[in-house]
Amino acid sequence: MDIVDNSIRETVDLFKKRKISCQEIVRACFERIEKYNLSINAYLTLNKEQALKKAQDVDNNRVKGRELPPLAGIPVALKDIYSTKNLRTTAASKIIDNYLPAYSATVVQKLESVGAIIMGKVNCDAFAHGATGENSDFGSVKNPWDLEYVAGGSSGGSAAAVAFGGCLMAMGTDTGGSIRNPASYCNLVGLKPTYGRVSRSGVISMGSSLDSMGHLTRTVEDCALVLSVTAGYDPLDATSSRKPVDFYLQDLSHPAIKGLKIGLPQEYFGRELNPEIKTLILKAAQQFTDLGAEVDEVSLPNTAYTIPVYYLIMSSEVSANLARFDGIRFGHAREMFGEEAKRRIMLGTFALSAGYYDAYYLRASKVRTLLRQDFEKAFAKFDALLAPVVPIKPRKIGEKEQEKLKLYLEDYVTGPVNLAGLPALALPCGFWHNIPMGMQLIGPQFSEKKLFEVGQAYQDVTDWHLKRPPLVEEMG
Amino acid sequence: MSGYRPFIGLEIHVELATKSKMFCGCCADHFHKEPNTQTCPVCLGLPGALPVPNKKAIDWTVFLGLVLGCRINKHSYFERKQYFYPDLPKGFQISQYERPFCFKGWFDEVNITRVHLEEDTGKLIHRKIEGEKVTLIDFNRCGVPLVEIVTEPEIKSAEHAKEWLKKLQRVIRSLSISDCDMEKGSMRLEANVSVSKNGKLPSYKVELKNINSFRFVEKAIEFEIQRQTELFEKGQKIEQETRGFESDKGVTYLQRSKEEAFEYRYFPEPDIPPIVFTDGELDKIRKQIPELPEEKRQRFVKEYSLNEQEADYFVSNPSAAQYFEVLYLEKNFNLDFRETARLIINKKIDWENISPADFKAEVAVLQEGGLSDQVELAKAAKIVVDGNPKAVADYRKGKTNTVGFLVGQMMKKTKVDPNLARQELLKILE
Ligand SMILES: [Zn+2]
Repeated sequence: MDIVDNSIRETVDLFKKRKISCQEIVRACFERIEKYNLSINAYLTLNKEQALKKAQDVDNNRVKGRELPPLAGIPVALKDIYSTKNLRTTAASKIIDNYLPAYSATVVQKLESVGAIIMGKVNCDAFAHGATGENSDFGSVKNPWDLEYVAGGSSGGSAAAVAFGGCLMAMGTDTGGSIRNPASYCNLVGLKPTYGRVSRSGVISMGSSLDSMGHLTRTVEDCALVLSVTAGYDPLDATSSRKPVDFYLQDLSHPAIKGLKIGLPQEYFGRELNPEIKTLILKAAQQFTDLGAEVDEVSLPNTAYTIPVYYLIMSSEVSANLARFDGIRFGHAREMFGEEAKRRIMLGTFALSAGYYDAYYLRASKVRTLLRQDFEKAFAKFDALLAPVVPIKPRKIGEKEQEKLKLYLEDYVTGPVNLAGLPALALPCGFWHNIPMGMQLIGPQFSEKKLFEVGQAYQDVTDWHLKRPPLVEEMG
Repeated sequence: MSGYRPFIGLEIHVELATKSKMFCGCCADHFHKEPNTQTCPVCLGLPGALPVPNKKAIDWTVFLGLVLGCRINKHSYFERKQYFYPDLPKGFQISQYERPFCFKGWFDEVNITRVHLEEDTGKLIHRKIEGEKVTLIDFNRCGVPLVEIVTEPEIKSAEHAKEWLKKLQRVIRSLSISDCDMEKGSMRLEANVSVSKNGKLPSYKVELKNINSFRFVEKAIEFEIQRQTELFEKGQKIEQETRGFESDKGVTYLQRSKEEAFEYRYFPEPDIPPIVFTDGELDKIRKQIPELPEEKRQRFVKEYSLNEQEADYFVSNPSAAQYFEVLYLEKNFNLDFRETARLIINKKIDWENISPADFKAEVAVLQEGGLSDQVELAKAAKIVVDGNPKAVADYRKGKTNTVGFLVGQMMKKTKVDPNLARQELLKILE
């Protein structure tokens, strides 16, 4: 354990007390990267020179006694589908392995404006297509908890980088579970914000109506802190909300969950759910009951349609969004797309074709409304829903190869949240053997503040989130 | 070859003269600008860049739709029209399909199918550089708001098409939402032509594209009717296809056959929330509708006793019309309407460079120089008579010498011969 294994909150305190400098922590993170990145394969591109320079600026400003912004000096990793001006952005796909964006994503600009240090760009499933981190054209991401296991996906590099201490937080994207899944695999807190809460501008689109820009941190408190930076209306994103941003940190010191109604969607606890994982989630439910919440079963009757609806809408949008990669102005020719991107382009193209549109895309859009209504009805009675994130036993690297479609089916517990545009907070709740396991709290739109409170109440009485991977613990 | 009836529908693209482009803040005025100087991540279709719709362009489209008698979809949305072409950086054009902003209109005896809003594409420039044939792309035009107006196939002839389009151009210009300049490409024409012997709308249509003048639209349609009629005469079937017009030879040529037709795979644009109009918003737009050219022409003829040509001048010169009407806002300007019109039309007074007040002063100077003709003399006499009711009443009671006073009044305003003035005054008084 080292200074890079602390939470953001702890690090900011150490900065304030002048116990450590920003340059120290940035260097320490780069040391970790040097030590582990080769085996874990999280970072694709490092921003070392710039990061060290920025760290020096932060230190200089601190010495001068200047008031520093909330994330000043905090090392951050960015999933490689966040555009970064003049810093290579590949989407983990060889088709744009040489692409230098002319502008930075709004979220990146916001992070930089509050002093965050961009350490580099991290691996993911190419174009965020996948749930294991194995679809990257630059090789699989390995799980820092056990290198034989996947780190989850698609934001696998983001999760792994935080887990092994290559940064203190990472930005990911969640289109069907891509933040919550790797957060679960790597013992982190992962937030999929309400659709429209965080600007999508500058982040390479996957499924435009589903994509949410979220982040992975070690604690719920850090997660709330980061959202208070990234959230807000953006004139460059017509789907971003003008709703004022809540003060997410306000009530975290005394989270009130007594009498809170938490629902367990029974469809998520069916026979598809691994019994050991089920036990972990139900144990967490019991802890919420002990904390004074009222936990009860709820039904989301249209859950069975999640997978076809999700894959039709997502791949339709993917097929259009990937059309711009034509190799004319930047990047390479379209045959450079990986297998998964090609599969989704073909699926989406088919779903939108004349004669099929009504039966597929249009029908899927209608069922999507039904799924949304399921949640509305549930939230009429419940404040939040508790559900698993990963419904099956964790996967080893290479295990997925024979069962592509089966892999799609695992999204049934995470995908509905994206189809309904809801926020969901994933947080550690135990272990499946030696691999971490997370649960998710799902709330109505724009209920992030409440989700943080519920998550904080849980972390106040548990210590799963304090555990670090053995390779980090061993560093002594 | 008699007995064949043509069916002609028109598709008109008009670039809106908004300051910024349709989905980004770049300048929309692209004519003669250094290539690729008015671009940004959005209009270059860079990964991650999102379209944010230009409210003004949407309002103007609805405005045009209302002027063209359209019904308005109060709940509308953009869609993605997908096809690959180097001038289309996103691989799709943001357009409208299921729910255009405006539909079912009527303009000058032709039904309008729809009026919708989309974005213009970039421009391909084919050049030879160092002996090598290359294609360059200029993205300045990419993302400029483009309105598409589609008519029902009710145009009766090539000439009708030309005249109707000219009228449409005048209307759009009068709304000041586009300069509709064919040379600059801010107005582009397409015609769908088919012919039928039984008088029923045929199941095929031939799309004529790339037409850049009214004269050419007439020629292209004429040629196409002829071509199709001849094919029918020979007993041949005509295929649905897209043809271009070669203006030098006056012929149309095959561009794309039915088999090569694009399959656009439209679907709602997920990056832009649906656009909803309230009744209040529509009323606000409706209130901005100005007088249409035909209405204005008729009003100028009726209200100001102008002849057709004079009225036409004012219709096609809105600033002159406005100037003319401002002059008469104040009751003290009494010059004959037609005389004023002639001064403006013939530019006898340099009205474009002087204020209406100075115009009136110049009129006075001209009048001092002697009234130009009988009409003006009569007018002056009438003004004096109207302006001196007491003297007139006295005259009519028998005090005939008051005519001297009236002549004096006329002399004050103009250097007219006193005898002529007396004669003119007596004409009115007697
Ligand atoms: Zn632009």
